[in-house]
Amino acid sequence: MTAVAEEYAEAPASGETAPLVIATTGLTKRFRGGQVAVDHIDLAVPRGSVFGFLGPNGSGKTTTIRMLLGLIRPTEGSVTLLGEPIPERLPQVMPKVGALVEGPAFHPYLSGRANLVRIDRMDVTADPKTHDERISAALARVGLTAAEGKRFRQYSLGMKQRLGIAAALLQPRELLVLDEPTNGLDPQGTREVRHLVRDLSADGMTVLVSSHLLAEVEQVCSHVGIMSAGKLVRQGTLEELRGADSTMITVTTPATAAAVAALRDLGLKDADVSMHDEVRASLGALSPEEVTVALVKADVPVRGLVVTRPALEDLFVQLTGEGFDVVR
Amino acid sequence: MSSADAAVAVRGGGAAVTPRVHSGALGRQLRSELRLAFGRRRNQILLVALGAIPLAIGIAVKLSPPGGRGGDGPQFLNRITDSGLFLVLTALFIMLNLFLPVVIGIVSADGIAGEAQAGTLRYLLTVPVRRGRLLFVKAFGLVTYALAAVGTIAMVAAIAGMALFGTGSFTLLGGQTVSTGEGLLRILAVAIYVWLSLFGLIAVGLLISVLTEVPIAAMAATLGFGVLSIVLDQIPQLHAIHPGLIDNYWQSFGTLIRVGPDFGQLGRYLLLQLVYVAVAGGLAWAKFSDADVTS
Repeated sequence: MTAVAEEYAEAPASGETAPLVIATTGLTKRFRGGQVAVDHIDLAVPRGSVFGFLGPNGSGKTTTIRMLLGLIRPTEGSVTLLGEPIPERLPQVMPKVGALVEGPAFHPYLSGRANLVRIDRMDVTADPKTHDERISAALARVGLTAAEGKRFRQYSLGMKQRLGIAAALLQPRELLVLDEPTNGLDPQGTREVRHLVRDLSADGMTVLVSSHLLAEVEQVCSHVGIMSAGKLVRQGTLEELRGADSTMITVTTPATAAAVAALRDLGLKDADVSMHDEVRASLGALSPEEVTVALVKADVPVRGLVVTRPALEDLFVQLTGEGFDVVR
Repeated sequence: MSSADAAVAVRGGGAAVTPRVHSGALGRQLRSELRLAFGRRRNQILLVALGAIPLAIGIAVKLSPPGGRGGDGPQFLNRITDSGLFLVLTALFIMLNLFLPVVIGIVSADGIAGEAQAGTLRYLLTVPVRRGRLLFVKAFGLVTYALAAVGTIAMVAAIAGMALFGTGSFTLLGGQTVSTGEGLLRILAVAIYVWLSLFGLIAVGLLISVLTEVPIAAMAATLGFGVLSIVLDQIPQLHAIHPGLIDNYWQSFGTLIRVGPDFGQLGRYLLLQLVYVAVAGGLAWAKFSDADVTS
């Protein structure tokens, strides 16, 4: 065993048990010229989660990801990846991390397979005995076996994206970082990527997926972090983010005044007439059943009662501004 | 490991074992780099072009032999008709003035800048390939390609020279005639000297390829550096700085075909290249080891 090999063997096992796969404190990147791309963010990605890293274009997602992977040095703050400090322990940590950063990039004149061969040959932790099998398995996993001999430049955008994911899967990973994996894909391709993410997560991998389109990742995420203008404006589980407070109840009734009074008696302070025959209130911790009983007891004639949970999309837009606004 | 096991590995997940370095990893990286450099069509065409030039010189000299000793033209040209081996010296002498620096500029721009522009640099670094290791692997690829370039010129020139003019009598600069075998040996030494004396420019090219993400800019800057040296070297008023210019001793391989070669002198010449390698290589490492990779 070489000295370098021993260094790997010594790597503490803390990464196996750390509850957070990615943890940053006060992570900041100020580029030359003073622009603050990432502004004191405390990212917390729990083990086993599918973490949707959301934000409009230019909100600092990619810069954050590049700092996580050691491509960019933070101006301030620290990064812990799999329980190890970054960039100090990059050589020990990165073999356990697969990454797709800002779109796939390969040598255009080499075939898909030759490109994977190149990456695997450059990986000092790759076992040469399983080289061919691992490459074939990675290609099969993303459905590129039939196109493995084609030159990369002849690949469609979707195939390029999939080859990028195959490269991230050449080795067993604990964490997969996918930056905009659905960028430029058609709806079919987007769905395939979603399926793949779900499968990988089911296999026990922690996945960080970034996107500027919430709808593309909402269905697969267990956790979400939302970036806006370099700041992490919200993070948590999907449930936490939607928040009980923001569930609305709408009562359709001709007796709006009585309904408002009954709801306020229940403690729904913001109950108010929203249209000529509609009363709206935040549901809070109450159940719709309790509200229904209270309304009936107060002799409010109810024509309809609807509970609405806000779409995450609304929250996203509320936090980050309308899509086409360039924040900075 | 069976393919079923490999499939399990691809699924991975929580069962990922602590990765370890497999023996022979450096060798695999170096071979991969060579495959990349020599597999590229453009680089293959460059080698063909390099081989075509001595062939053209040989044919031209055959068709129109230079009249008498001491005529015009590059050094050694008028000796080709005596022994075909002099075609090697003539070719290397001519190529060093422009063609070899151009080739070094083109391929060294591929170093870091080429990977940066293709976007593959970020994927190499996240593999992860250590940054110092990547610089070393790139330098190895460049140095090997330079060997192939010089080797192609020398080999084509030697074969063409002997075919067109025969081995004849290989007369050393001191006037002594030696055997063809010794002549070949001395020619080989010249080729090795020429190869080694390109190391400084290779290091400068690698440094420049670290400083930019645009290969064409790296190529132009490296070539510009080489040409500037060559131009300054031709201005007598600047003789004070000549000993420090990167190209100053490129064509000083004549001593290797003297009766008693001065190896000490050649060693001092190559020491200058070592200084360039140390300074440019050190700067490249200092810059790259901590650089933000935004390509």
